[in-house]
Amino acid sequence: MAEAQLAGDAPARAAEPETPATRELTYLEAISEALREEMRRDETVLCIGEDIGAFGGAFKVTDGFYEEFGAGRVIDAPLAENAIIGTAVGAAIEGLRPVCEMQFADFISCGFDQLVNVAAKLHYRQGVAVPIVVRLPSGGGFSGGPFHSQNPEAWFLQAPGLKVVAPATPADAKGLLVSAIRDPNPVCFLEHKGLYRTVRGEVPEGEHTVPLGKARVAREGSELTVIAYGSSVHLALRAAEELGADIEVIDLRSLCPLDADAVLASVRKTSKVLVAHEATRSCGVGAEVAALIAAEAFEHLDAPVRRLTAPDVPIPFSPPLEREVLPQLDDMKEACDELLRY
Amino acid sequence: MKAANGTLATGPARARGDEDASADTGSHLTRSDRANLLRYMAMMRFAEERALVLYRQGKVPGSFYDGRGQEAIPVGSAYALGPRDRTCILHRDLGAHFVRGVTPERYLANYMGRSGGVTGGKDGNMHFGDPRLGSVGMVSMLPDMALVATGMALAFKLRGEPRVALTYFGEGATANGQWHEAMNFAGIHRLPVVFILENNRFAYSTPNELEFAVDPVERARTYGFPGVAVDGNDVEAVFERTREAVERARSGGGPTLIECHTMRMHGHGAHDDMSYVPAELLEEWERRDPIERYKARLVQDFGFEPAEVEEILGEVRAYVDECAERALASPMPPPEAALEGVFAREWEPLGDGHAPWSRWREAA
Ligand SMILES: Cc1ncc(C[n+]2csc(CCOP(=O)(O)OP(=O)(O)O)c2C)c(N)n1
Ligand SMILES: [Mg+2]
Repeated sequence: MAEAQLAGDAPARAAEPETPATRELTYLEAISEALREEMRRDETVLCIGEDIGAFGGAFKVTDGFYEEFGAGRVIDAPLAENAIIGTAVGAAIEGLRPVCEMQFADFISCGFDQLVNVAAKLHYRQGVAVPIVVRLPSGGGFSGGPFHSQNPEAWFLQAPGLKVVAPATPADAKGLLVSAIRDPNPVCFLEHKGLYRTVRGEVPEGEHTVPLGKARVAREGSELTVIAYGSSVHLALRAAEELGADIEVIDLRSLCPLDADAVLASVRKTSKVLVAHEATRSCGVGAEVAALIAAEAFEHLDAPVRRLTAPDVPIPFSPPLEREVLPQLDDMKEACDELLRY
Repeated sequence: MKAANGTLATGPARARGDEDASADTGSHLTRSDRANLLRYMAMMRFAEERALVLYRQGKVPGSFYDGRGQEAIPVGSAYALGPRDRTCILHRDLGAHFVRGVTPERYLANYMGRSGGVTGGKDGNMHFGDPRLGSVGMVSMLPDMALVATGMALAFKLRGEPRVALTYFGEGATANGQWHEAMNFAGIHRLPVVFILENNRFAYSTPNELEFAVDPVERARTYGFPGVAVDGNDVEAVFERTREAVERARSGGGPTLIECHTMRMHGHGAHDDMSYVPAELLEEWERRDPIERYKARLVQDFGFEPAEVEEILGEVRAYVDECAERALASPMPPPEAALEGVFAREWEPLGDGHAPWSRWREAA
């Protein structure tokens, strides 16, 4: 398959096909690499966003792209989010594969109309596919305040027609972004800013895709399942280590489509569930997952399904206030511990 | 196919024209083009009249909107397009759908929520576009489609294709921020997009005085491209201004905003008695009815016999009646269709639109 093609620097690998060679990348490098490789592979792929050209983007995800691909494929947009998404919709209908960058996920509110009313509904209404990706640097933890820290994923989950993914690891960030670009639907790609440079991980060499709609068992266990995504996956893994407990961690990766089978399989195995996310509580992913479990696996439960989320407040600026709002490692340990002892 | 070629002559860029109903159109329209312009305007008028009857008979769920009195705008503008050009057509512009190849049958079936409608019952009233005819159907939010058309034009420009996107909006929609976003983006990149602004004096009940302090056509210049005003009830004038704009766009000259002055002769929707419109205003515009005017002009200036004109209208009326019968025979969609089509399995290109203008037929 095409996998071998892009792993050009590893000619003698045919003999050991089982585990592909990997190398360590940061989460940000993995996103950047996915974009660059897709742009090299497919000349219809282009990036559009504010300050992404010669400047390389607010977080430097497209650093060097302008030099390699030119102004026609790394389009510096004016400060106008509906224009970014709306023109991407038109270009996608006409056969391009635009990847839109929101400078911060929060600014999707200013492009929301084009996303939820135009992009999301066109296929249902008219049979017109809209293959765009909207990259959303999201999440808090660095005093970004109420307008640079949000986790807006639940907004999109109420807009049928959008796919929504939120990777936790560099490998998934790369593989999901490649799949998102190749998918014929609008995909919201939530990339947690707190993971950009703090999380490193092995990423397969060459072409690497992760299917949309498939969760991942991040850690196997039998006493409790923590269902998480994005930054909360890392909190859960650390809590499990520090507690030395037999905890299973399911990384949803994809919020729409949601991998109900993976969730239910783990619940049947452990009988106790904590759903964890950094986004606010009400009507969030946790609520949806809890409802799914209540409806489909009620008789397997040995404890109430619990949620660890931000409370229903905007993300405040000052460090002690922000720490109070965002789930911390101790909160995760406490929530796991309570359920383990239930 | 030598459809969309970039070699057409470019008209002089007009920084901003005054209303100009007497454009020299002699060389661009043949006798059969002129018959077509009448035909499509009449098709819009008769199909909308028929739809209104169906609405009053309770056969149209929801609401009903038409473009009575504005027929010259969609027909004259869409007539200037080539097959590979693309459109986002709005709620007063049924005639543009007809020019591009949608049949009255599919329009009427769509209004009635039938499976034979353009959207198969998924969306109603004027919220449709036939992707097989190069059209992306409007959403309700105004003027969102201006950005989608701009994006299509971006694709044409990036690929160096001599193609044009054309879209419509009312003067009311020019107050919305997305209008500015579209004009600004199109201006920055000099994109091949033509914006047809229909100033029908009202946005629902809101008159021009409460919509803007400066006529929106003036703004075009500040975005870096020409804005031209035209008598929107003169189909040949609309055609001519659009032809120039399309040719300019096709040959790399960038966008044009064309403001068509007209009057909405019916309520905002069939539910609206438009008591807020002074009767004299309607009487004045009734005298400028685009179809009556063009009928007279065909006879006076272009050598049509009155009987010939009436024959064209009779044919169109009979055709619309036939279409209505077929639309009424179209079944309701099966309920389970409601759950289908949220996600696409693959991307497919839009098809080409009809391009009845004789120039395209010669080129083909
Ligand atoms: C963003 C937005 N707000 C409100 C509406 C409700 N609405 C539908 S049509 C209309 C008036 C539109 O006026 P105009 O743009 O002048 O077009 P016209 O109907 O006169 O052709 C309004 C307010 C809408 N469609 N979109
Ligand atoms: Mg109006």
